[in-house]
Amino acid sequence: MSNETINPGGDVIVTKLDDLLNWARLSSLWPLSFGIACCAIEMMGSMASTYDLDRLGVFPRPSARQADVIIIAGTVTFKMAERIKRLYEQMPEPKYVISMGSCSNCGGPYWQHGYHVVKGVDRVIPVDIYVQGCPPRPEALIGGILELQKKITGESI
Amino acid sequence: MGEVEQISEFGKILIFLITGFVLVGFTFFLSKLIAPNNPTPEKLTSYECGEEPEGNSWMQFNPKFYVIALIFLLFDVEMVFIFPWATVFGNHDIIKAEPLWGWFSLAEMFIFIGILILGLVYVWVKGDLDWIKAKPIIPTVDTNIPQSLYDKVNQQQAAYKVKAFTLETVFENKTPATATSTETTNPAPAMRFKPSFKKPANE
Repeated sequence: MSNETINPGGDVIVTKLDDLLNWARLSSLWPLSFGIACCAIEMMGSMASTYDLDRLGVFPRPSARQADVIIIAGTVTFKMAERIKRLYEQMPEPKYVISMGSCSNCGGPYWQHGYHVVKGVDRVIPVDIYVQGCPPRPEALIGGILELQKKITGESI
Repeated sequence: MGEVEQISEFGKILIFLITGFVLVGFTFFLSKLIAPNNPTPEKLTSYECGEEPEGNSWMQFNPKFYVIALIFLLFDVEMVFIFPWATVFGNHDIIKAEPLWGWFSLAEMFIFIGILILGLVYVWVKGDLDWIKAKPIIPTVDTNIPQSLYDKVNQQQAAYKVKAFTLETVFENKTPATATSTETTNPAPAMRFKPSFKKPANE
């Protein structure tokens, strides 16, 4: 996006393939509809009409095959960690992970004594963006998505 | 346009077809070229919402469903015929032209439905509408509890009567209770459970 030059006299847009691909990817970040705990309520709220994540091209998909992003919204238990790993593996490249909320960032309130909680989903799958909060407000999630878009801008084939 | 057309109407369609195929093929080729391709065994397995796929996807259906579907089709087709019939049945213009039209078409429809109902009767008589009924095995247990105990409970429950609601009785019951409580003033109950907070010493 940044490197494209618009010819003021004509209608020709010149861009690099990298930038075109990155622009296409960041403009349609389709998350997997996947919510685990209370953070999922905030995620649903941010996808609904009040915060309208669709304006950023974020549109939940029912299948991992069509998803670009998986938003880990909630407490990741060891039982769920297997499923998350499998879902992540089943997503096509390029795939991104947003860890939403304290629980999936670091274990949250279960960081010490929760025998069943994974202390951070980044121990199972690589996380791109961490969104802090317990649970984060929709604005925080939107901020996380904007950060992910920034991150994608710098990618190369 | 006096000159002879070079391309016929079918030719234009052919051009559209070719353009469509070329564009779609080009897009597929481009995505094949650019898209990252990284198949792993886990990615290639079937998607079951994150669960481990298990068992065969070929399921067994009760063949009774086949007969039911067939009978449904019978009456579905009946509907398909009745709807267009209903639009012309009460047509005023036709009735004006032929006064017997209404009776004639009504009788026709009754004959048609009669034939179909004959089919339903046939299916009914043949027993195809009888679903396989579950035969639950009711377990019997040897217990020493006599039957009279149950009878007693049932008799008690049968003799239950709803108490008549009157404001007076409530008032009468309440007055002595308040009087006794004022006479013997109980001291405030001592707190039996004292919450104590332990500070984590070396955690």
